[in-house]
Order: sequence, then C-alpha cells, then structure tokens
Amino acid sequence: MSDGVHAHPESFIGKYIFSVDHKVIAVQYLVTGMLMALVGGFLAYVIRMQLADPTGSVPGYGSLNFVQYNAVVTMHGTIMIFWVAMPVLLAAFSNLLIPLMLGADDMAFPKLNRLSYWTFLLSTVVLVSSFFVPGGAAAGGWTAYPPLSGTAEYSGGQLGVTFWLLAVVLEFAAFLMGGINFIVTIINMRPRGMSFMDLPIVLWMQFVAAIVFMLSVGPLLAGGVMLLLDRVVGTGFYDPAVGGDPILFQHLFWFFGHPEVYVILLPGMGVIAEILPVFSRKPLFGYRMIVYATLATGVMSFIVWAHHQFVSGIDPRLATPFSITTIMISVPIAVMIFSYLATLWRGSIEFASPMLFALGTLALFLLGGVTGIHLGTPATDIFLHDTYFVVAHFHYTLIPPVFMAFFAGIYYWYPKMFGRMLNETLAKVHFWITFIAVNVVFQPQFALGFMGHQRRIANPEIFEALATPQAIELQWLSTIGVIILLIGQIPFVVNFVRGFFAGEIAGANPWRANTLEWLAPSPPPHGNFAEQPRVYRGPYEYSTPGREEDWFPQHVPS
Amino acid sequence: MFDRWLPVAASSYAQELDGLMVFISVVVGVWFIAAEALLIYSVLRFRRKPGVPAAYLPGRSLRAMMIVLIPCSIVFCLDIVIDLVAAPIWHDIKEELPPQGDRVRITGEQWAWRFTYPGADGEFDTPDDFFTVNELRVVVDRNILFELRAKDVVHSLWIPELRLKQDAVPGRVGRGWFRATREGRYEIPCAEICGFGHTIMKGHLTVESQEAHRAWRAPQLAALNESPVSWR
Repeated sequence: MSDGVHAHPESFIGKYIFSVDHKVIAVQYLVTGMLMALVGGFLAYVIRMQLADPTGSVPGYGSLNFVQYNAVVTMHGTIMIFWVAMPVLLAAFSNLLIPLMLGADDMAFPKLNRLSYWTFLLSTVVLVSSFFVPGGAAAGGWTAYPPLSGTAEYSGGQLGVTFWLLAVVLEFAAFLMGGINFIVTIINMRPRGMSFMDLPIVLWMQFVAAIVFMLSVGPLLAGGVMLLLDRVVGTGFYDPAVGGDPILFQHLFWFFGHPEVYVILLPGMGVIAEILPVFSRKPLFGYRMIVYATLATGVMSFIVWAHHQFVSGIDPRLATPFSITTIMISVPIAVMIFSYLATLWRGSIEFASPMLFALGTLALFLLGGVTGIHLGTPATDIFLHDTYFVVAHFHYTLIPPVFMAFFAGIYYWYPKMFGRMLNETLAKVHFWITFIAVNVVFQPQFALGFMGHQRRIANPEIFEALATPQAIELQWLSTIGVIILLIGQIPFVVNFVRGFFAGEIAGANPWRANTLEWLAPSPPPHGNFAEQPRVYRGPYEYSTPGREEDWFPQHVPS
Repeated sequence: MFDRWLPVAASSYAQELDGLMVFISVVVGVWFIAAEALLIYSVLRFRRKPGVPAAYLPGRSLRAMMIVLIPCSIVFCLDIVIDLVAAPIWHDIKEELPPQGDRVRITGEQWAWRFTYPGADGEFDTPDDFFTVNELRVVVDRNILFELRAKDVVHSLWIPELRLKQDAVPGRVGRGWFRATREGRYEIPCAEICGFGHTIMKGHLTVESQEAHRAWRAPQLAALNESPVSWR
C-alpha cells in the first residue's frame, strides 16, 4: 500500500522531519511525549511544594495565587493524560510495533500517519502557548466542567480555556487519524499465516484501545464543540439560565473519559504481556483468555462512566446499576493479572531492566485496582469522592501503565529503535528509585483522603483536620517523594541520550524473542523487511518441548 | 481500621459507612496481599538458575485455564456481595428521604454557602424566611431535609464528619438529608473546583441542643419583623 511513498527521494527533512516512516513518526511522538512529561512532572512538583508549604514560595516557580494553582492542577492533569500517556503509550508504541510485529513495510496509510503527528504537534503548540495568554492557562480542572469553564467571569481565565479546548479537539483529531490507521493496518496487513489468534497481545490491546477511543471520542468532541460555542458564540448548551444543563457535559465528558482510562491501560498491559514471556522463557499463559478479557474490557468500558457522578446530582437510583458494571470490570482485569502471574510460575526469570519495570507495573497496579472498589461502591464513594483518596487511587492505576510499562517498553525496544543497548546499571538504579518513590508519593495521599482532604485546594492548612502535625507530615512525605521521583529520572535521561551515541551495538534480536520485529535489522531500514515474512505459529513459543533452543520465532518453519 | 485518619463520626449513617469501608478493605485487602505475595514468591522462587529450564505451560486447555478462571469467579462473586451489602446503605442515604424533618435550603455560590431557613411557618419563599452565610445551625438528633442549589457554578457540599457529600448544580434542585448525632462545630468545605476561591470556600455547621437552637433563632426572626424581606 505504501509503495508509492518509497519511490520518493529521501532528503534529511523528508527522512527525519516530515517523514512518512512509521518508526520516525514513533520517535517523534515519543520525544514530544517525553518533553511534555517534563512539563507535567514540573507541574507535579509545583503542586506538591505548594501543598507542603502553602504560604511559602515554590523554588523554581515563585509563589502561586489561587488562580495560578488551579491552572497548574488543570494543566498537570491535561498534559499527563492527553499529551504524555496518549502519545507515548498509544501513538509511539503502536506506530513502532504494529508494522514491525506484522512484518509489514509501514502503516496502511503512511501520509495519514504523518498528518496525525503534525496535527498532534500543532495541538501541543496551542496547549503550551495557553500558558502565556492573558489570564493564564485553563483553570477549571482537566475535566473542564461548565459553567465554571463556560465563561471567563467564573474561572478567571479569558483565552486559556478556549486554547485548551482547541488543543484538545486538535489532539483528538490527530489520534483519530492515528487510531484508524492502527485498526486498518492490523486488519489488512497481517502476514501470511498470521491469524488474529497469532497476533502478539500488545497488538490486540492497541487494536481494542484504538477502537474504544474511536467509538468514545465522538460524544466528547461534540461536548467540547458545544462548550466552545457557549464560550465564543454565546449559545447556552450548558447554561441553565437559558435552558441548558451543566450535567450534560459531565455525561459527555465521562462517556469518553472512562473508556479513555482503558485506552491508556490496555497498551500498557500489552507491553508487559510481551516482556513477561521473554524474560521468563515461558509461553504467555492463557492467550485466548487474555484476548477475550481484552474485548470484554473494551465493551464494558462504555457502561461504567457514571461512577464519576454518583454524588453529582444524577438520579441516585442510577448509582447501583453503574456500580455493578464498574465493579464487574475488575473480572476481565483480574483475568489478565492472574494470567500474567501464572506466566511467571515455573519460569526461568531474568531480572533485566524491562522485566523489572514489567513486574513493578503489576505490583503497583494491583493497589490501584483494589482501591477502585472503594470508589466504585456508591456508599463509600460519598466520603471518598473528590478527596485525595481518589488522587492516590488513579495515580496507582495510571502510573503503572503510563510510566512503569512505558519504561519497560523503552528498555525492551530501545535496541530495535536505535540499534544500541541501554546501560543496565543505570536502568536498575532508575527502576528502584522510581518504584520506591512512587509509593512514597502516593501512600500518604490515601491517608490524607481519609482525613477528608478535598482535591484542588491550594492551602489545606486552613482546614482543621489538615492543619494537624500528622497531616502536615504526610504532605511533606508526599512532596519529598515527588522530588526523589523526579531526580530518579535523571539516570533514565542520561541513559537514553548516552545510549544513542555510545550504547553497545545491539544485534537484531538481543533478547532472543519470537515476535517479528526482532527479525528486522536493528534499527530497521525504511521498509523494514526485504519481504514480508511468513508466520508459522503464535508469538509466545518459549521452552517448547522437543526443541534445543528455548525460543521458537514466529517466522521459522517447523 | 482507619480511625486514626477519619474524622469523628457525627451522623446517623456515618458509622455504617465507616463499617462498609472496613468491610471492602478487608475483602479486597486479602486479594491484594495474596496477589502481591504470589508475585514476590514466584519472582524469587523461579529466578533464573543455571541448568533449570522453564516449564512449558501455555494454558490452552480449559482445564489449565481453570487456575485463572476459578479465582476470577470468586472475584465476580465477591463483587456481587459488595454491591449487595452496599446498595441498601446507599438507598437509605441518598434514594429515600425521611418524611419529616427540619428544612433548610443550601445554596452554593462563589465562594460561600448560603443557608436559608423557612422561619416559623416551615415554608420557603415566605416573608419570614431568613438566611445566614457560612453558618449552618441544626438541632442534634433531628432529621434535616435540605434543598441543594447553586447560584453560579457547580459546588459540592462536603461535611466530612457527617460523611456527607453532594454536588450543588446550577439549574437543579438537589434533595438530601442527614441527622447529626453529636453536638459540635464542623467545617463545610467545597469539594468541587469552583474557581479562584475554591480553597477558601468554607462554612461551619453547628450541631446544638434544641434549647440552644431556639435561643439562636429567636433574634433572627425578630430582626425580620423589623425589616421584612423575602429571600429566594
């Protein structure tokens, strides 16, 4: 499908800037996402410093007024979800892996792919520039509930919210283009011999994530456009004074917003499904079961959204039905987790850096998963809703896929992307600091949530329960955790940059893995494979009985 | 279990909710600890040793899958149990209001709580209504039926000691109830981001005896007789 593209002469700009090569686009998404992670991480530091020392000034930022604090909180959430999780987990890994794991030369629509990245970059520019418009960036929370986000007089910001909305709409257009590309490529460009049940799990999960995104984003785009019209043209979709209803936006937002959690989670779970078998030298346990669990998660993710709204003023009789669907989604997720644990059982486990991060993903995600039950139960949610318990919970569910699984994937596929190995010692230092620091940051927040610490306040100490020495100690503990966590990323950045120039040269298949991407040279040339390989078996044939090697690549004839 | 962190339980349903929190924590806690223990055990027990190959366990047969499906079925059943236990509690707190009680209208606005009392006739929107700002006073052990409104943006009524939270939405009238069981003075923050002053939006709830409450009401009503105003 992309033969026409190959014929173009390749200048430097054509090859590395306005490239149609899926690998270059993957790296573009990756680097943009990682730079935005620095911005989001800095905002996290500002939030934590402010909460630990509400009257002081934040070193490196200065003192914040309330509007600035609201903007910082809003932009931290927005950036981490939409400009870090989506580009690195979904866009970068899908772009890198889908063609390579299919043995294909590129995506089905390479030019659409390029348009997707450049639209995304434009959205990034719009978002970042919103920091500098008069009135500052959007300050109505990343959920942008109207009427607060509807008019300037309520939230303070004049242009900030408009820029925010434009950026989000552009970004979703970018990921729609990307997502449709992923879906079409997986359906149409599988090599001979590869049925759907021979797809690597990560592709299954990216496939389902792309479909879920495509089906859920429409209502939010509509909701966003209506909000934009309310702001710019003066319509009243969400204005009760002229017959609108603010809760309409909440439904449209969460109808997208909750599936979005699984759009992020699934690719992360997929990455570790690739890594666990390779470093245990065992087949992934229960492949079919995991596929069906993935599909079930995708379907169920559409009928859980109102658990964000138990106390929002919806009819209280809706709570229990939504609670049942919400808690039930724990079942397919449990299928995945237990299958992963069974994969480790009687394996031959090697603690290479990708494996450490994959195991860390599981260890942390378990806590995020079980605390979801407290919040998915309407009665306990009355107390816990909009407290720091929620903040701790969703960071325990999102940090594992967005950061831990992302790092696992980077340590695993870096040799394929750049043809060089990363330094293992630096990687292990990075792992242990990150793993411990995440717990130091978020454990205290569970306790603060129980104390009644509501979200998005700039000075907790004006409330009696949060002005106690115990509460202030917990705030500081969490803040120190963030500082350690951020410092702990230095070994990663050093490793990433150093590896590019001075890493040990990697062979085509340094991990002795089965999937097709390891057949291509590292790094693969434009076009990836001399010809599309034929596939003879599933992706997880490790330690197959009756075979001398403990791996059996997909392309090797029996 | 969480007593060292939770605020005092000062409403009729607070202890039940705290109990439910403990129940859920125990149920999911057992699974959490079991799964983490299995993870740590597997990782240590099956770390790579020279000469020890990995087993070939693809989990293709239904029989093999049972090792995953049985625990997941138990998870499924426990999910049902949790919702069966929790649904009646939610029903009593949010779905059904007590027939009788003292009435108050609560309005969230940027950035204060306004409490409107119906006066002697027990009806709102009559000349003897009176209101306070950021000061809610109720009688201990009496049902309080509240109407919840918002003037400008979404706010959230949050009284941690009562285990009460409910969003106030512009254009809608929310209805709810509580019965405070412990005299004292508690804070009423706003739990939903509502703009510049979200942080400092704070009222107080005073739970007091019938006598004290009457003594507080009398001058409010008297003041109205001098300058009658109707408050909506």
